[in-house]
Amino acid sequence: MVDLVTVSEAQIWAWLEGVPDPEIPVISVVDLGVIRAVDVGSSDDVKITITPTYSGCPAMSIIALDIRTALAKRGIENLTLETKIAPPWTTDWLSAKGRAQLEDYGIAPPRAAGGPAHCPQCKSRQVEKISRFGSTPCKAQWRCTSCLEPFDYFKCI
Amino acid sequence: MTPLFEFLLRQGDNALVLGHRTSEWCGVAPALEEDIALANTALDLIGQTQLWLGYAAEVEGAGRSANDLAYLRDVYDFRNVLMLEVPNADFGRTLMRQFLFDAFQVPWLTALQGSDDQQVADIAAKSLKEAQYHLDRSSETVIMLGDGTDESHARMKAALDYLFPYAGEMFADDAIDTAIRESGVAPLPSTVRTQWNETLRRVMNEAYLTIPDTTFNHSGGRTGFRHTEYLGHMLATMQTLQRSYPGATW
Repeated sequence: MVDLVTVSEAQIWAWLEGVPDPEIPVISVVDLGVIRAVDVGSSDDVKITITPTYSGCPAMSIIALDIRTALAKRGIENLTLETKIAPPWTTDWLSAKGRAQLEDYGIAPPRAAGGPAHCPQCKSRQVEKISRFGSTPCKAQWRCTSCLEPFDYFKCI
Repeated sequence: MTPLFEFLLRQGDNALVLGHRTSEWCGVAPALEEDIALANTALDLIGQTQLWLGYAAEVEGAGRSANDLAYLRDVYDFRNVLMLEVPNADFGRTLMRQFLFDAFQVPWLTALQGSDDQQVADIAAKSLKEAQYHLDRSSETVIMLGDGTDESHARMKAALDYLFPYAGEMFADDAIDTAIRESGVAPLPSTVRTQWNETLRRVMNEAYLTIPDTTFNHSGGRTGFRHTEYLGHMLATMQTLQRSYPGATW
């Protein structure tokens, strides 16, 4: 239980850093940019505002559940989760740390140029698109023509 | 029914009906990558449906949810344009339809971002990013198939000839559109026709396809006055669970 001392917003953010994205568990929901606000009220009531990556993203309900579970473990019982669609999520909200984690995991991070900088495996710049869509709404399929490995590219939106 | 409710049903039903049609390809598309692309496109559209119909249900204030509107309305309560309910037929027609709709959605949602109704503006801004991505892909695929083999070209020509007389309904203003314009929610759909025409001309030119020379338009979907025979069959599949087991959840 958290008692006597009011929990800080910074503390909540730190706890949320430990909640992974259910579909790309290498990155946290904070680094993905879907947590838009954390507000702590006067009686330790916590409000967290989340935004979906894509409007039909099936992971949203799991993300909400995972946040509830993680904060319940820390003694946060009075939690409100609000979904907000505006302003719409953009890959600009991915943190630098999140981008590096994606790359290490084998997912090329998004780039404004519209495609991966290089193969996340062998770093070759010789890459080609296989499909504009991939295994989740946020990814596309690319292939490295040097090491021949296919890889996911995080779509830039 | 208020004009705003009708307007939101038109928005939501377009996304829902095309989303369901697109999902029919799941597991049977011509290539794995296309299967995934179609399923993801369908998912975006169903997500947009939840936003539009969710707001429609709120505006109606009759205690119905987005799910109730999707699963418990009958054919003549639907307000989608007819083009989106006709069967997929082949892959070519599916992508041609997607293109004709995407080319409308992009300027339309762009305009809706300026709506005086903040929720309409927010949903439009969210949907627009997805629609732009869909348009990139559907244009590219239509060009590839139109400028492909004799077989793919013939199929794309047949798809355009079949769908073109349905496309005009997207721009057919009526009394509801006028009321909606007067309340500052949206411009008249006809105002985005010029942009649609330009996109159509550019893409069809690159795809070596000729835009049919006809001004005939099928209509009746946006008002619910006359749907095609296909919508009932589609709803029979889409709504079967809620019709058989009312209130079922998981």
